[in-house]
This record gives sequence, C-alpha cells and structure tokens, in this order.
Amino acid sequence: MSSALRIVNGKIYDPANNIDGEVRDICIQDGKIVESVPGDTPKIDAHGMVVMPGGVDIHSHIAGPKTNLARKFQPEDHRYDPHPGTEFTRSGAGGIVPSTFATGYRFATLGYTTVMEAAVPPLSARHVLEELEDTAILDKGYYVLMGNNSFLHRMLEKGRMEEFRNAVAWWLNASKAYTIKLVCPGGDEQWKGDKNATINQIDEKIHSFDITPRQVIKALIDTANDLGLPHPAHIHCNNLGHSGNYTTTLDTMRAAEGRKAHITHIQFNSYGGEPGKNPTSKAKEISDFINENPNISADVGQVMFGKSVSMTADAPLAWMLRHVKERKWINCDTECESGCGIIPFEYQQNVYTHTLQWAIGLELFLMAKDPWRMVLSTDHPNGGSFLNYPRLIRLLMDRDFRKQEAAAVNQKALLSTSLLDLDREYSLQEIAIVTRAAPARLLGLKHKGHLGVGADADITIYDEHENREEMFKTARYVLKDGHLFIKNHEFCADPVGRIYQVAPDYDKKIEDEIRPFFDEYYSVQFDNYPVFDTHVETEIVPTYPVQ
Amino acid sequence: MDSSVAAEPNIRVVKNATCTFCGCVCDDMELTVDLDQKRITKAKNACVLGKAWFAEHSVDESRPVAMIEGKEVSLDEAIDEAAKILVNARFPVIYGMSNSTSEAQRETVKMADLLSANVDSTSSVCHGPTGMGLQGVGEPTTTLGEVKNRADMIVYWGCNPSDCHPRLSTHYAVNPKGMYIPNGRKDRTVINVDVRSTTTTNIADVFVQVKPGSDFELLWGLRILVRGGKLNPAFEEQTGVPIDVIENLASRLMSCNYGILFFGMGLTMTRGRHYNASALHMLATDLNEHTHFVVKPARGHGNVTGADTVMSWQTGYPFGINFNRGYPRHEPGEFTTTDIMCRGEADAACIIASDPMANFAKPAIDHMKKIPMISFDPKPTPTSQAARVAFTTACYGINTPGTVYRMDDIPIPLRPAFESPFPSDLDILKPLVKRIRELKRAQY
Repeated sequence: MSSALRIVNGKIYDPANNIDGEVRDICIQDGKIVESVPGDTPKIDAHGMVVMPGGVDIHSHIAGPKTNLARKFQPEDHRYDPHPGTEFTRSGAGGIVPSTFATGYRFATLGYTTVMEAAVPPLSARHVLEELEDTAILDKGYYVLMGNNSFLHRMLEKGRMEEFRNAVAWWLNASKAYTIKLVCPGGDEQWKGDKNATINQIDEKIHSFDITPRQVIKALIDTANDLGLPHPAHIHCNNLGHSGNYTTTLDTMRAAEGRKAHITHIQFNSYGGEPGKNPTSKAKEISDFINENPNISADVGQVMFGKSVSMTADAPLAWMLRHVKERKWINCDTECESGCGIIPFEYQQNVYTHTLQWAIGLELFLMAKDPWRMVLSTDHPNGGSFLNYPRLIRLLMDRDFRKQEAAAVNQKALLSTSLLDLDREYSLQEIAIVTRAAPARLLGLKHKGHLGVGADADITIYDEHENREEMFKTARYVLKDGHLFIKNHEFCADPVGRIYQVAPDYDKKIEDEIRPFFDEYYSVQFDNYPVFDTHVETEIVPTYPVQ
Repeated sequence: MDSSVAAEPNIRVVKNATCTFCGCVCDDMELTVDLDQKRITKAKNACVLGKAWFAEHSVDESRPVAMIEGKEVSLDEAIDEAAKILVNARFPVIYGMSNSTSEAQRETVKMADLLSANVDSTSSVCHGPTGMGLQGVGEPTTTLGEVKNRADMIVYWGCNPSDCHPRLSTHYAVNPKGMYIPNGRKDRTVINVDVRSTTTTNIADVFVQVKPGSDFELLWGLRILVRGGKLNPAFEEQTGVPIDVIENLASRLMSCNYGILFFGMGLTMTRGRHYNASALHMLATDLNEHTHFVVKPARGHGNVTGADTVMSWQTGYPFGINFNRGYPRHEPGEFTTTDIMCRGEADAACIIASDPMANFAKPAIDHMKKIPMISFDPKPTPTSQAARVAFTTACYGINTPGTVYRMDDIPIPLRPAFESPFPSDLDILKPLVKRIRELKRAQY
C-alpha cells in the first residue's frame, strides 16, 4: 500500500472545517491529510459519493469484563449470526454482543474508525485493554468507573479534595483509561451493602458513607476539569430508567455549576411521571436546559426496536429489569469499585414504555439546537446494537419515513410526546456532526472527526443513496490512517488501531495513602494493580490542567 | 514498580510474585530465587500447594527444547513438523491452555481460526457445566475482595478448598478481616455441603451431608423454601437431609447480609452436571429477593478462567468451539475434546499446557495414541511422551511474564522469578502460526 493517495470528485462533508457538500480533492500522505500530493499519486474516484471523516462513537460497550460476560452468556444469539473470516480478517460471532474482532469489522463496515468503551472498573483494566487490542481496525479507549470508589468516597467524606484529585489522577494512570466515568454514583454501595437497596435522589446519604451522590458528582466533574482531561466526566445519572427521573438529571447537570460535563444516554434520564407508574416525556425540559447551558454535552442513547442487552454498572437497574420479565440475569460486584448487572432485553413497538423511550430519543435529537452537544449513540447494546445506526440516521433525515415508522408503534405513548409535531430533518452535514465531528471534538481528539490538513486520514466514502439507511449501512471505501482497508465494500486489509489513554500528573505522595487501603480492602497487591507499561501499547492524549 | 532486590550476588528476591498453580492466583508471593541453580528456594506466603509448585519447577537443562518421535531436534525443525501435521489434518484439535498466559491463549485461538480447527480448554472436563449454567440462567457473582469485605455467609458446596484451594479460606473468604467484617472469622458463618466430610468440614460451623447424586434435589428444595413454598417430605428421603435441617439452612441463607456459594466439581462432574450448576445459580438469584447473594465456582488451574475469557471475547463462546465452517460454533458434547476423541474423529491434536493422556477417558486416550500429537509442556508427561512433536517450554509465572485471570475474572500480572533456557508457549506459537500461514498460502 502506497503511503500517498488522492480522493477525487467526492462530495465532502467536513463540518469542523465548514465544508458542506463541496466537490474537492482530499490528499493523503503517511497516514495524515495533507495540502497536496504529487500528480501521479494513486487516486480513488469518489464521483457520486459522499466523503466524510471516519465515524467516532463516544459511548458503546464493546470490551471488558461486563461486555464479555454478556457475550459469554448468549450463545443462542451468536448462533444465528456467524461472522466468517476472510483472507484478511479473523472470524467471530455476531449478534447483539459480537466477538471482539467482529465488533471492529462491523463498526468499520458502517464507516466508523474510533469507538470508546464506556464503563470498566479499574480492577479490570488489563482485561479491557487486552480485549481492545483484539478489537479489529478501530482506534479506541475506555472510561474508568469512579462513582462508587470506596477510597474516593473516604477522601470526600473527610473533605480532602487535594488528595481526592491526586487519587483520581493516580487511578487514571494506573488503569490507562481515557476519562472518568460515573454510573449511578453511590448506588452500588447501597446495592452491595444494604441487601440490594438502591439510591434514588442525589441528595440521599450513600450507605455507610457520610456523603451524597451530589458531592461525588460535583467532585468528579471538578476534578476532570481541573486535571484538564480531553473529555470531561462522563455521567450515567442516578435514577436511570425510572419514571420522574428528569429532575435528577436536571439536578445532576446543575451540580456541574457551569463546568464541563457529559451526560450519557440522556434519553434514559428524560422521564416524567410518578415512580412505579408509566413514564411521560420530559425531552423538552431536558433539551431546553442543554440548549441554554453550553457547558453540558450529551449523547442520546436512542432506543431501537428489537434485541438489546441491558449491561450496566448500575446493578440495581438490571435487577429492576429482571422483574419486568424473569430472564437470565448476571450480577457482578467489584470490590471497592463497582457493581454490574446484565440482562437480555427486547424493545417492542407495541409496549407503551418502549415506544415512549424511542420517541423521547428522537425528540431529543430533533429539539437539540446545537448538534455539536447532542450526539448520536444507542448506548450499544443497551438501546440496541450499533448496527441500528443507519436506520436511526434515516429516522433523523427522512420525515416521511419517521411518520411511517410511527404508525406502527404504541399510539398512546406516541401521542403523549411531541414527536409527530417535529418536522425537522437532519441534513448530511448535521449527520456528519453528530456521528463524527462532534464526538471527536467532545472527546478532545484533535486529529479525528475532520478532514483538515494534519488530521488522521480516517476517511469513509459512501455511495450517495436516497434511502439513507442503505447509504450508511455499508461504506464503499474506508481508510484508517491513510490505509485503504475496505475497497468496494470488501475488506482488503486488517490494520491495527491504537488505544488512547490519559496520564495526568499527580503528587506521588498519594500512593502512600492508597497502599494501606489496598492492603486492607483489596484482594490484589497494590504493586500489581497498575497496568504495567510493558503490558499494552497506548498513545497518551495530553491533558491541560487548570493552574 | 521494580520488585526485585539482590540480596546476594546469586540470590534474587521477587516480591508480589504470582502463584499460578490454582485458580486463587495469589499475587502476594515473596520468592527467594537461587539464580545459579535456577530454582526457587523459598516461597513466602505460599500455601502447601504453592510451595510445592515453586519448588518443583526448577529447570532441567539436560532436556531438549524439542523432540520429534522422541529424538532431539532444533526448535525450527519441530515448528515446521508441527505446522505440517496441523495443516495436513482434516480435523485438528487444539486443547488445553489452562496453564498458559492469556497472551498465549489469544495466539492459540488465532491458530485455531487459521486452521479451521477445533479448540477447547480443560474447562470441558471441569467447570464447563458451570459455563452452561451461566448460559442458561445467568449468574450473580463477585470478585474475591468483596467476599473479604462483606460476606458474612460462606457456603462451600461440593468442593474442598482446604485441600484444593488452601488460601481461598485463609486469604480471601473466611479468615481475613474486611471493610464490613471487622472481626474476620468471628463475623462469618461457614457452611459446608458435601457427600462426605472433608478437611473443609473442619473449618465449617455447619455441615450438611447430602446423599451422593442428589445435590440437585437439595438445591431445588432450598429454592422452594426461599420462594416461600413448603417441602414435600419426600425430599428428606431423596437427599438424606432432614426437612428441618433444610429449612434451617434456607432460613440462614435468607437472613445473612451478604452470602456466597462457592462450589466445585462435586456439583459439575456428578449426576446432574450443568443442571446442578444452574440450580445453584438460580438459588442464589432467588436469594437476592431477600438479601445479597452471589456464587463463585472454585476454579482449578491457574489460568483456566483466562481460557474461558479469551475464547469468549475472540469467538463468543467459552469452550468446545469448532471453526471448520470458517466461523466459530459451540456445542458441548460435540466439540468438547474428550467426546471428539472418544468418537475417534480427530486426526491430529495440539495439546498446550495440559495432560489429557493422564486424565481423559480410556477410549479417548486410545484414540489419541493413534494420531499425531504436538505437546507443549515444561515437564515430561504422558501426553508429551505420546506426542510426535514435543516442545519443552518455560513455566508460566515462574519463567515467563504475562497475564492470568483469577477465578473471579480479575487479570493478574506475572513477575517471572528467573529465566528459563526454554521458550514460552507464546514464543513457540508465534512462529508456528506464521509457518502455518505460509503453508496454507502455498496450498492455494
């Protein structure tokens, strides 16, 4: 493969550089986009095609202990969706939680080249990193769970904020993670320590600690900002999935007090109604707040009808879902750090709540004034597989299709929302924003999500098609770091992606405090806990600490 | 991170080393190593099994690195021969992996994919039925540190950790003090259920003796009680356990704060097998309506959990996998190695870090004698002696770095004590995979 390439005649959608469908050339040299290449450079003729930066997924569950348990316990789901290998690629299993290599190939087929794994306890850092190494093609990183960390709870209890910040930085380094993840802060402590109880409001006391979720949320948002992480604290709010939870979501966003925070799969936290009763849509209230508060970003967590798996560090939520239908259920407690629950699920059009969730997600997309801060996700596989993205794109781009789909859903739920009144249709440029440019910018990945000079040459070329679902289902060409690996819809190479981490500075003295905590309460040795530098090759994304 | 200090010129002390003997994978070993003699002279913190493991794995430099038909050959010759055997086979079987690093396991599955071979770990003759239980009904579980910190109820069912996983009780589950268990052993109740008393019974507060082969019925009886039902007196006759004892057991389980059921092959390799594992998982699930309850299979080999984990992430399935259609299929009974061998289907085998010739059923062993085998092992074994190509390997954890997965899926790093003159499994697998690829390309 030559290191230089020119893409000609394609319509370019590069929102970060304000290029909206212009026909122009893209030049590539040594894996980067450059100003020009010599005239005899090999060409890809993209006539009649759409050229976009490679897709960037800000929130998916693709690797690590929880994903692997979900994979392991659903042979019935892999069986009907085998993923054969080719001369260039490994084989694997598909279904709602594909095997690692298949996950990479399938994302790449959609034109995605960067995907972030959304939640892993630091104790399993080596596990997720090994799986990410085996996830084909993609650049990736992962968010490390910190919202139920006993050591951090103790620091917070004592008001030792300096030590809190140093400990967070130590944990990010030790686990080679990309940012801080909060899942239902305080909730797992209740679950593990108080016979499966849960926490609902962010001002309730956390079991056996003299602090509240609000304090944990505030402290971790501040710390992510102070450490200057490329992506802020990534928050799965308390009370997820429960009727009336939109007030918790608003409270959580207010706790940021103007500082940057990312609320993930916010659809699941936009419900009105009374606890225990049918939810209603509060998409407008949530949208209004985000529209007015530029420090907040979110991804939607769209629900798509069909198979899903609820897999979450929010263990009480999975237990609640198990009571909806008594199916097989996994729970996994992680010492001092987290909980986890997994349950197979299916979203059905005729079910009131499922339709409502579907409609709320679309409302959130269509009400967002700033698509740079409301980006596309299905919280794969929680809201549905990432393979639903093309269909979701069509729902956003094609009003008639949306209405046609809406005719088949639970009408009581549908009519309680404003979905049918929303006439907006996303443009290709806006799709390029919510699927690549904005996630890359929110992640602080400066070389991703755009096609300007100096960007990584991660490029996707789609045949233009009126049916946007067909168009986005399989890219005709995909390049990773300038390396063409999908050509005319077929894999022709199997490039290896990178793993991103952050490595913020911290005062090493904090290790003297963490070490005795490990000796008492962990089951592994303090010295064996940090991932060795020899274990995995990573690329460090710089942090810009606030002085 | 440097954990080694030279005490004397030829003595090295390795702190925070990991014992890879059993599924406990204790990572607090302090090893004293005689570098001249290439052996570990002292293993502080190790249990009796760990001490033996470290003491026995000295290096015998007189052994050849590789043999074909019992004759010494170079590593390259052996790799070439092994590649030819596997590429020319119609139904090659790759088996073992439980005493190898996850890095080597990943390469092994890659090799199986490339060869369209069958791949399987020792789980299929061990806790495979537990994996099937997981697939059927799920599993509430935990890491071992949470047992230490929270569990006030420990049940050992059909397992004997005092003999087989000595530090499970002393280091993780029974004796240690934890965050919410300030007094250690005094704050915990230990119940042992088994068909006979064992050394584990000696550390239990309660012993329940169940009739051999009726664990399923006892588990089901407990489920009935936990779900609010009443027991038919027939349960007493069936299980050999008086009704009031079963009722007392159920009420104890329901009234704890955080309970755990450890179990072993007394459930998975006796009548009922995966039904037993499923029943146990379901009992724990039911108990979660009353309190917090989890289960944990007491896994045997040091990295058998890694084998399950790696195969799951690369193929979607934990064991018993066949690639002969160009993609992985999973079918316990059909693609589990002992069954394949008993039916005489395989025409070549590659055995990595295990010894099936010593523990498979006789018809399986008889068939394996007839087919060309390749073996990877640090020591001579019945399998290596029957193999056409036998590699002598470095011992994982003692001589090679890497990662192993503890019985609770927690990845633990290895800190090798001394260098071996022999290659690691991974050192052989990488050129072997390369050679297989070359031969396959030449075929087309």
